[in-house]
Amino acid sequence: MSHETLSTILFLVFVALTLAITFWASRNTKSAADFYAGGRSFSGLQNGLAIGGDYMSAASFLGIAGIIALSGYDGFLYSIGFLVAWLVALLLVAELMRNSGKYTMADVLAFRMSPRPVRTAAGVSTIVVSIFYLLAQMVGAGALVGLLLGVHSDAGKIWTIIAVGLLMIIYVVFGGMKGTTWVQIVKAVMLMVGAALITLFVLAKFGFNLSGLLGDAAAQSGKGDAFLNAGLKYGTAAQGTWGKIDLISLGLALVLGTAGLPHVLIRFYTVPTARDARKSVLWGIGIIGVFYLLTLVLGFGAAALVGSKTIAAADKAGNTAAPLLAQKVGQDLFGDVGGTVLLAVIAAVAFATILAVVAGLTLASSSSFAHDLYAHVFRRGTATERQEVVVARVAAFVIGAVAIALSIFAQSLNVAFLVSLAFAVAASGNLPAILYSLFWKRFNTAGAVSAIYGGLVSALVLVIFSPVVSGAPTAMIPDADFHLIPLSNPGIFSIPIGFLCGYLGTILSKEYNASKYAEIEVRSLTGIGAEQATGH
Amino acid sequence: MTVQHDPSVYERIQAGEQFQELRRRYRSWAFPMTIAFLVWYLLYVVLSGFARDFMGTKLFGNINVALVFGVLQFVSTFLIAWAYSRHAAAKLDPIADELRDETKSADEVGEGAK
Repeated sequence: MSHETLSTILFLVFVALTLAITFWASRNTKSAADFYAGGRSFSGLQNGLAIGGDYMSAASFLGIAGIIALSGYDGFLYSIGFLVAWLVALLLVAELMRNSGKYTMADVLAFRMSPRPVRTAAGVSTIVVSIFYLLAQMVGAGALVGLLLGVHSDAGKIWTIIAVGLLMIIYVVFGGMKGTTWVQIVKAVMLMVGAALITLFVLAKFGFNLSGLLGDAAAQSGKGDAFLNAGLKYGTAAQGTWGKIDLISLGLALVLGTAGLPHVLIRFYTVPTARDARKSVLWGIGIIGVFYLLTLVLGFGAAALVGSKTIAAADKAGNTAAPLLAQKVGQDLFGDVGGTVLLAVIAAVAFATILAVVAGLTLASSSSFAHDLYAHVFRRGTATERQEVVVARVAAFVIGAVAIALSIFAQSLNVAFLVSLAFAVAASGNLPAILYSLFWKRFNTAGAVSAIYGGLVSALVLVIFSPVVSGAPTAMIPDADFHLIPLSNPGIFSIPIGFLCGYLGTILSKEYNASKYAEIEVRSLTGIGAEQATGH
Repeated sequence: MTVQHDPSVYERIQAGEQFQELRRRYRSWAFPMTIAFLVWYLLYVVLSGFARDFMGTKLFGNINVALVFGVLQFVSTFLIAWAYSRHAAAKLDPIADELRDETKSADEVGEGAK
């Protein structure tokens, strides 16, 4: 049997299992709290696994291993921002959000503000951030199937995007948060087991001598000791000082963006209490941290055992480094059959990863559409719970369909920058609004709206005039050149702009409500009046 | 299922000594620690950009400063997360529980009076 057939079979097993879970979840998803928040009945460990499942995208599994395999240390540098970011979520956001919100990010922002403008802004930002992230994942899925299953025709890629999109729609429309969370949990376990297994095999080959592994990786990469230091991908010598500022800008967006990502934030609502939200982030930090340490070994292992040249020849971005490494260690340890099996397993895990992440994003954006835009902006709070859930399901279908269409259109473009752009928008618009809401007494409607739009628009404008969109061979539109700014990552400017807009908007408006601030402050820190688990 | 409270309930709790202590204990731990880990992380990123010779210094075998510094970011993240959970369990949760229980029993008395 070829590895393609075996991959497909394993992947179909995953799909069958997750569809069964979705069917079960759909029978237990009746109320709005079930659909949006899984009945708030997940345990800290379950939600911690789901946080890992939501967060460890194919971009971080295949992408970071690939960057390390081709450019060495820079891939590791990238993963550290993704991890440290969780401390912002743990210390400042997770518990307070669980105590004061209900279903979406906007619940916390609209708590003491005029609800319509704030929910409109938060809804727009949620949908924009989620669609960017979604597009990057789905276009990636199309490219990945070509690499892993040997499907290289455009039609094959389009059908893959459609299949991924349809599955994601089914998970969300029928399973809601309950089904989606279980998909994340299954995927997180598969991914951790798969990555740990390959890591163990790699380390065993080097007699558990990390220094020896690094030495071989540096030698095989053809770049020597530079391979073990920063600077081959981000802020290269050729890019000069701007390149290094760009690296800092990326680091800022990564570390501050996570706690503003809507699909991350809604995870905190799926547990019964703030204390469980804390536990789930602690589990999440443990799982994500270990995972990135595993990818460090996978990336350098791929460079050492497969060789950077072979990896670059298979895919310019190095996305097949982890699968090729799996095949290589399998072959070395267990012969050809072993290689085929391990490659197939890792390929199936990669697909499961994509599916779980896109489902989380679709859920976040459809929840925000139904709860923020439909129920509170269009219907001014007159919609019934049942109507809201129906609208959320329809929205999931429509957003899924739009994402499929956009991904097919964008599949020949280089849209990998959309992931870091999503982090930049989340850090520039959402995070200031959330932090000011929770901690600043004077904050008001004008401030919230200014922070979100100010951060969102400044990040978008900076990126449109950056080398990732035009003026470089790797740009989204390589044939045009209207770039004005030498930075690919807008964070270093757009994050301060977002915070400043929130500050100015606040002090320029007279609105101020002390009793509502007392309510959010007391609720967020004590849990008095917090939403209870519905309990099945 | 959410109990609706009169807004004045929250203002009364907010003004109380217990809540002020909870707020002080939370903020005096979380805010300085956030600044500390952000500075520590940014130091790492800035050195990765601007001090590559230093980061490339080999410490033992092929293990250089950059790798150790990176792994230390993992270690500090795990330690801070663990320390926060200890701090919260010992210093924050008891006060939050007390305030919640008091409000709950006040609600029950209120319900009975109706």
